[in-house]
Amino acid sequence: MAILIDKNTKVMTQGFTGAQGTFHASQGIAYGSNYVGGVTPGKGGTMHPSLNLPVFNTVIECREATGADASVIYVPAAFAADSILEAIDAEIPLIICITEGIPVLDMVKVKRALDGSESILVGPNCPGVITPDACKIGIMPGHIHRRGSVGIVSRSGTLTYEAVAQTTAAGLGQSSCVGIGGDPVKGMDFIDVLELFMADDETKSLIMIGEIGGQSEILAAEYLKSENFGPGKPNKPVVGFIAGATAPPGRRMGHAGAVISGGADTAEAKMEAMKAAGIHVADSPASLGSTMVRALKG
Amino acid sequence: MNIHEYQAKELLRRYGVAVLEGHVAWTADEAVLAAGKLGGPVYVVKSQIHAGGRGAGRFAEDPNGKGGVRVVKSLAEVKAAAEAMIGKTLVTKQTGEAGKVVSRVYVEDGCDIKRELYLGLLIDRATSRLTVMASTEGGMEIEEVAENHPEKILKVAIDPASGLFPFHARKLAFGLGLEGKQVASFVKFVTSLYGAFLELDCAIVEINPLVVTGAGEIVALDAKVSFDDSALFRHKDLEALRDDSEMDPKELDAVKHELNYVALDGEIGCMVNGAGLAMATMDIIKLYGSSPANFLDVGGTADAARVTEAFRIITSDANVKAILVNIFGGIAKCDMIAEGIVAASKNLSLKVPLVVRLEGTNVELGKKILAESGLAIIPADNLADAAQKVVAAVKKAG
Repeated sequence: MAILIDKNTKVMTQGFTGAQGTFHASQGIAYGSNYVGGVTPGKGGTMHPSLNLPVFNTVIECREATGADASVIYVPAAFAADSILEAIDAEIPLIICITEGIPVLDMVKVKRALDGSESILVGPNCPGVITPDACKIGIMPGHIHRRGSVGIVSRSGTLTYEAVAQTTAAGLGQSSCVGIGGDPVKGMDFIDVLELFMADDETKSLIMIGEIGGQSEILAAEYLKSENFGPGKPNKPVVGFIAGATAPPGRRMGHAGAVISGGADTAEAKMEAMKAAGIHVADSPASLGSTMVRALKG
Repeated sequence: MNIHEYQAKELLRRYGVAVLEGHVAWTADEAVLAAGKLGGPVYVVKSQIHAGGRGAGRFAEDPNGKGGVRVVKSLAEVKAAAEAMIGKTLVTKQTGEAGKVVSRVYVEDGCDIKRELYLGLLIDRATSRLTVMASTEGGMEIEEVAENHPEKILKVAIDPASGLFPFHARKLAFGLGLEGKQVASFVKFVTSLYGAFLELDCAIVEINPLVVTGAGEIVALDAKVSFDDSALFRHKDLEALRDDSEMDPKELDAVKHELNYVALDGEIGCMVNGAGLAMATMDIIKLYGSSPANFLDVGGTADAARVTEAFRIITSDANVKAILVNIFGGIAKCDMIAEGIVAASKNLSLKVPLVVRLEGTNVELGKKILAESGLAIIPADNLADAAQKVVAAVKKAG
């Protein structure tokens, strides 16, 4: 079953005819996903020059003509909030924003607009979402994935690939992988994704990859403690990792959200919270797969 | 991007935020002229560096002398204070042991302080909203207050759709125990500060301390303003406020080449794609018994030129005894990275051991380029293998 996307998902692209939009849509199509068209304002009514799919001026036109139920955004940071808001306005059920470097006050407005809307947002500043062998939306390399039983949720792009490669190598494969992104104000957070994985039969175990900064891993650990572990609960094994144990306080480590600002947002505090919740914390980013194999043996 | 206190106050003044009159001075003589424009009889001479704790800090040249913020009562004392600061190295709790050289001072009017409060505006990631924080514990580090007396921090989250209204500020004012005309003065202060925050795309604005004067006015005694780097594209005028001397020269160099670099004090230089993987690479180096010399995210669109620049910056750090390249290609293609590594190794005539781990898009092509280059590159099969090999290389080099 997987989560968020499957082979029936109709994907549209905002920033469709740009270099990024074109390249990653072509990769998604090559992976076998159902891409149906996209938006580039001013180029409506034409066909995409290399992908043979229709281009529209507005998101609502694209949705009405193609039945798109997911939109992926590759629009530059200065205009990305506008694109997300347009997708929310057009009631696109799933919006995935890859763009990095969106001003945080723009995202505060976007977050407000999501309240009570028909849309779910993944990202921004994320690799996207993939359900192996069914649908790839985003910039992740498709070939490292295998359809399987591990659900992966992560704040980091390339570190997600690490978890994917290791679970593929261990013969477990992935049900779906969701990159929630490295920004402080974003769409889905850990708990939102974990809720979906808890309810998904195909997902037998979980990997959760966090970073320094913020409290969401701690809240997620508490959520898993009460909703996943215990009699009558799903009891899906969870492996966790937090990047940034060696990062100095007060320094932003690449991601806008990855900065220790004092208190319980250090890697150490988060790993402690995970252990206390019953999560198997990998001591090394190279042992995500082996820790999962051990966790599954109980 | 951080700016100096005097720059912050000049900006905030334009938005109607109450600040004291003051002027910046680059020499002791300028400081006297600046003080002459003020009313007196009390002046405050404040060292301008991008770090807090200046008042309690001490100068490396005069460790038993007074701090980086001095209250004085004559023009002669203004001159003496400025002379004791300009060109000297101020060491505070936030600068680290090396301290920071003071290149300019801010000479400000004295102030009749009745109470010291704290006021801060920031984006609270838990609520995804701009949040106004206030506390009766002015002058203390807010992190300490949060740790020891969380009940003394008042917060209001602002709905971006309706914005800040006077009631938000009144709630804080009464919570702080303000009374009479202080309340109206506080409401005006907070409203102006909120306007400045939005207009300037700030990341953090801290007024610590915010003071209540004997006359019942609310005034910013200090001001810390930090801008959202991602929004600087719509504030070209703010670029002029950037003070390059406050940055590590290697980090400044990296910014110019659009590389995400943070200098650390270890011995293994790192080049990685992706912020999370870059942090995890640092962590695994530590796990295997060495320490990272830097954080470096080369980004998804890395080409040969960028890889060369990255290597140049990494190797400009004299502490670097070996380099670890860890690439998991998604958008970044391993063959392009490999070409960059080969070009950089030759151009920079690399002298330290180099361990390279490539994975992902076009990995076979990338490995082939490295193998056929004839360079003494140590290939690694996975992340653990790479970390072990680079740590072993450092230990061997002694």
